[in-house]
Amino acid sequence: MSLLEIKDLHATVGGQEILKGINLTVDAGEVHAIMGPNGSGKSTLAQVLAGRELYQVTGGQVTYDGKDLLSLTPEDRAREGIFLAFQYPVEIPGVSNMYFLKAALNTIRKHRNLPELDAMDFLTRIRDKMTAMNMDQALLNRPVNAGFSGGEKKRNEIFQMAVLEPRLAILDETDSGLDIDALKLVAAGVNAMRSAERAMIVVTHYQRLLSEIVPDYVHVLAEGRIVKSGGKELALELEEGGYAALGLQDEAEAVGKA
Amino acid sequence: MTVASEQIGQWLFEFTRQEPAEPWLQHRRERAFARFTELGFPTTRDEEWRFTNVAPIARKAFRKGHADKLLVTPSAVEELTEEEYERHLGRYAGFEQNAFVALNTALLCCGATALRVPRGVFTEPIEITYEVPAEVADATRDAKEQAPVAVHPRTLIVVAPGAQCTIVETYKGEGHYFTNAVTEIVAGDGAVIDHYKIQRESTEAFHVATMQVALGRSANFTTHNISVGGALVRNDIGVMLAEGAEATVNGLYLVNGTEHVDNHTVIDHAKPHGTSHELYKGILDGHSSAVFNGRIIVRKDAQKTDSKQTNKNLVLSDDAMIDTKPELQILADDVRCTHGATIGQLDAESLFYLQSRGIGKAQARSLLTQAFAQDIIDRIKLPQLRNQLENVLSEKFHEHGNY
Repeated sequence: MSLLEIKDLHATVGGQEILKGINLTVDAGEVHAIMGPNGSGKSTLAQVLAGRELYQVTGGQVTYDGKDLLSLTPEDRAREGIFLAFQYPVEIPGVSNMYFLKAALNTIRKHRNLPELDAMDFLTRIRDKMTAMNMDQALLNRPVNAGFSGGEKKRNEIFQMAVLEPRLAILDETDSGLDIDALKLVAAGVNAMRSAERAMIVVTHYQRLLSEIVPDYVHVLAEGRIVKSGGKELALELEEGGYAALGLQDEAEAVGKA
Repeated sequence: MTVASEQIGQWLFEFTRQEPAEPWLQHRRERAFARFTELGFPTTRDEEWRFTNVAPIARKAFRKGHADKLLVTPSAVEELTEEEYERHLGRYAGFEQNAFVALNTALLCCGATALRVPRGVFTEPIEITYEVPAEVADATRDAKEQAPVAVHPRTLIVVAPGAQCTIVETYKGEGHYFTNAVTEIVAGDGAVIDHYKIQRESTEAFHVATMQVALGRSANFTTHNISVGGALVRNDIGVMLAEGAEATVNGLYLVNGTEHVDNHTVIDHAKPHGTSHELYKGILDGHSSAVFNGRIIVRKDAQKTDSKQTNKNLVLSDDAMIDTKPELQILADDVRCTHGATIGQLDAESLFYLQSRGIGKAQARSLLTQAFAQDIIDRIKLPQLRNQLENVLSEKFHEHGNY
């Protein structure tokens, strides 16, 4: 049985159809990259899998670990082991990073019938992971993402992932806004998490992240459908020929580069 | 008999059956009562009371009672002398314009708190607690026909020049009653005062309170006005700044059910080089309502005034209502004054972010609700007060996840 099976998934936002029949199967231990031009539906797919209510699922099925994923609340998905690294991590003034992450970890542990951790055990547990992500201890006492630089926010996402140990990690444009050093650090964090039990879906616009996090499969998403799938070499093809080589428009990207 | 005189009848009864006081006080009480009968209770036709209808108080007959008073002070803090008491009482909180202050003054007797804080630094707070316990409020339980109780706590604190102190006023109680409080604080030149008013009356109680503060030159006054309970609550806070004085006027109101809280503040920059910061935050749920009316006066002389006012509201239900209104009266030309007000709901993206990490919706909502109040709570310097507030917050708004 596959860890994740998406069948003919349709989703709309504000009445506009964004996902127009996605089919994708992900097994434990695999890393799948989803590439595609801006506006192709990559981020929508990531958010729909995590349960964002903003998007309405209008058709299709998603089975995760044998369960009907779409019937689960976002928190239950997280407790079942799904983690979304946000493209734009949210700033939450007034809630400390430490409190937030401890509450998250303990709800997930409770769900897995593991004992809850007290503050000391929690700190011991996360110390190495902070060091690995080059996170300053002081960040723990600051409000969640508030006043963090773009790079700090992305590192914080990967740090959270390391602490929460998901079974399916979805990384939504984790590379965006990172310089090459930060990118390598984030990629190293992700690579350290690769394991036979864990699957990852890496959503990205650019190939450069995939030189660092080498995927097992690459899918190209365009206008709400997967139009091409292949191995890691597909990412390189895209890098050389651009989305245009596949006959895809990427106007937004052109604007972005200007 | 007109409606107004009917309303005043019971109060007249309570006024006339009081023991006479010392002549000066008796004279003041009589003037105050006369003024009260002229003013009558305000109605929503009065601009100052547009959003707060005190008819539930005006229509009801109350009998006079006394709140239990608990006073804890550093040992050097003494009672005012008779001469000082006479000199200061009612000088700041005048009864000419406010019927509730007039009533409080008219019914003023032995129970007033009148303190002098001498020069010195006092780390131990002055704690004044007025409580209407169930047995006082609910003497009515046995005899249904008996009127509910009204208490009129009066506080006057004179802080010596250069003194530094913390004052905590707490109002609480159980059952159905009416607290009509007046507080006057006089800060000598260079005095530093950290003041807290914690209002956690019962959900059936009426609470009307006026606090007037007079700041000397370069005095520094911070107040946190925390309202967490009461069927109908009205706070009038006035701070008058002398040259170079600094005032921080913060408030937090937490309302649920059908509670109503009205905060009217007046920060009066009478002299140059004054600074004031005002931050009022409110959380509203259920069918509750709140009013914030913040007036900043910068008088002609008060050049180089620096004043900032902010009111932020978090509205958790469709049926809660907030009226917010800044009023800037600026007569000087070389000043800096800013104001802003916001009304918002819990942020959907923040909620999703927390949920996506496994935190349940109810807990996520309560976390974000607390987070909204956190910057006010963080400014409170007394740890026990901070903890108390955090508990109240989580209790008062715990059922948010239900939709």
